[in-house]
Amino acid sequence: MTEITRRNTLKLMTTALLLAGVGFSSLPGKAFAAGTITVLNWQGYGTDEAWSLKAFTEKTGIEVVHDYYSSESEMLTKLRTNPGTYDLVVLNAARCAQAVAEDLLQPIDFTKVPNAKTVDDNLLSNPNFSKDGKGYAVPWVWGMTSLAIREGMPVPDSYAALADPAYKGRVAMDDDAIINVGVGALMSGQDINDPKDLAAVTAALKSIKPNVKLLWSTEDQWNKSFAAKEFDLSLFWSGGSVRSKRNSKLPVTFVVPKEGGIGWVDGLGIPVSAPNAEGALAFANWMIDPAFYVEWATKVGAPASSNSAALEALPADDLSRQVHKPEYLKTMGIVSGIPDDRREAFNNVWQEVKAFYAE
Amino acid sequence: MQNDQLTLASARGPSGPRSQRSLPSWVSTTALLMPTYGWLTIAVFLPLLTMFAFSFLSATPMGKAPIVFTFKQYRAFIDQPYLVGIGITSLLIGFWTTLFCAILGFLAAVALVRSTFGKTREMLLILILLPFWTNGLVRVFSWTMVLRENGFLDSLLHMVAPEAGSIGFLYTRYAIVVGLVHGYLPYMILTCYIALSTIDDAIIAAAASLGARWWTILFKILLPLAAPGLISGAVLTFIPVIGSFMEPRILGGRVGVTMGTVIEDQFTQAFNWPLGASLSFTLLAVVLAIFATFSGVLRRGTAL
Repeated sequence: MTEITRRNTLKLMTTALLLAGVGFSSLPGKAFAAGTITVLNWQGYGTDEAWSLKAFTEKTGIEVVHDYYSSESEMLTKLRTNPGTYDLVVLNAARCAQAVAEDLLQPIDFTKVPNAKTVDDNLLSNPNFSKDGKGYAVPWVWGMTSLAIREGMPVPDSYAALADPAYKGRVAMDDDAIINVGVGALMSGQDINDPKDLAAVTAALKSIKPNVKLLWSTEDQWNKSFAAKEFDLSLFWSGGSVRSKRNSKLPVTFVVPKEGGIGWVDGLGIPVSAPNAEGALAFANWMIDPAFYVEWATKVGAPASSNSAALEALPADDLSRQVHKPEYLKTMGIVSGIPDDRREAFNNVWQEVKAFYAE
Repeated sequence: MQNDQLTLASARGPSGPRSQRSLPSWVSTTALLMPTYGWLTIAVFLPLLTMFAFSFLSATPMGKAPIVFTFKQYRAFIDQPYLVGIGITSLLIGFWTTLFCAILGFLAAVALVRSTFGKTREMLLILILLPFWTNGLVRVFSWTMVLRENGFLDSLLHMVAPEAGSIGFLYTRYAIVVGLVHGYLPYMILTCYIALSTIDDAIIAAAASLGARWWTILFKILLPLAAPGLISGAVLTFIPVIGSFMEPRILGGRVGVTMGTVIEDQFTQAFNWPLGASLSFTLLAVVLAIFATFSGVLRRGTAL
């Protein structure tokens, strides 16, 4: 039997302390691997569906916290000014190139995103998402901005309809410089990302003035105004039209005219300073999982998933599948990252057009 | 001799040694003012100075774009002449809002002071302050429901005259002014109320006993005596109104483009903080110029 000597007591205490130390140090480690992640996104845009977060937490033990932005530049501002806050950020292809250039994002380890295997190659290698052969965002969903018209009215086949006197005071425009310059470029037969003749773009947008009733900036605002019959024809998002029709039962038809839609791709990026990149990758994988996507698209309404396996899992009569026809991808121009001076020029065009509308 | 020493001692007694040891008066003044000015420096002057410095830069100093010192942001009104029109619109909206606030606010304050007493008056004051307890956005959005076509206003009209067209005027400048007057009226009522409540009742009783009618009392006594309240209320209303962006954006629709929305766009959409800052300071300069022009009137008003 061991004597209770001072040395033995000391040994015992040291062992106990060591054990306790190991136990404690392993605990936060585990908690960190699961832990929480902070997602920065638009409100009500896929990542914050309660049922999905519940399933994800049950599966991985990771809690998901959200912060929201109301414009893409606000998102960039938040990334720049709050390092170490966000683990995953939803960002548009156009802004992704800018964020990568500013070293705001870290390269994605695609081995930890097994669902990315069936993601469309064109989207994965989109120049906005990659730099020096490394991918900086997991392509998530794509969609288009195009025309939406009240059901029962003649379906327009061109953006020229926006200036058609038949729609006097019945048109709503998206309060977004890039989209409007894109529309002006399509109306004047130019490239949406690099229109050489900005004066023609300005003139095309100004020609809509008698028709413009309001400028909307959030989907909620669009829904309320459309429901109140304030306009009939509008620039609108393909996914938004599906949600409005399915959830709010609004009589809206989404139209892609002959000039093609103004396409966008949203990706899931991980900020350089993310405290829990592992957890963020697991969540990104869940976001392109067919199980999540089918439920999101059928119950809520979603843009098209970048994951072809997820899109094919949708029922054939699904609204989202009907709106996001593969043939639209051929005419669709994708909004890309553009240099600062051009962005400033686009913003000035839109400010000038808005001032003209307000006169 | 002894007497002299005594007087000397008593002269030095209580005050002498202390005044030798104590610090000069400016030190204690500074020490007392430090907390206030220190706080003002951190909370107001430093951010403002930063923005002022930003307004001379070529791009927002975040990210990796090279930054150059430039005056070009202050040339915005020359390079983008449509901004002048927007500026004038903003000033006009500010003028009409202030005018309506002044008329309504002054009359409401007169009614409060002259016709109510004790508990009733307290109750009414609380009711006037109630809108401040709700979110401004909620107040503005509720106006959209009233003013839009087939909104509450139209429903009311159609109850009386079913065949009448729509009188909803959402997405016009009038809607913006209505929303702004609603938002800023309490400031005007409170400042006028304070000015009016200091007027001695005896003056009014004297005027009435000498045969002055109500309009004479209103324009010859109440209005001049309440001028300081009216003027400070007007300043409190005018300055925030010309920079407002929420009301124009929500109630103005297509016509809701003001200096406030342009500046907000520069900060949130275009990420061009320098231009936003320079536009803000230009606006500030214009406001100061307006107040300087009318400073004679203002001083006379407040001196009364």
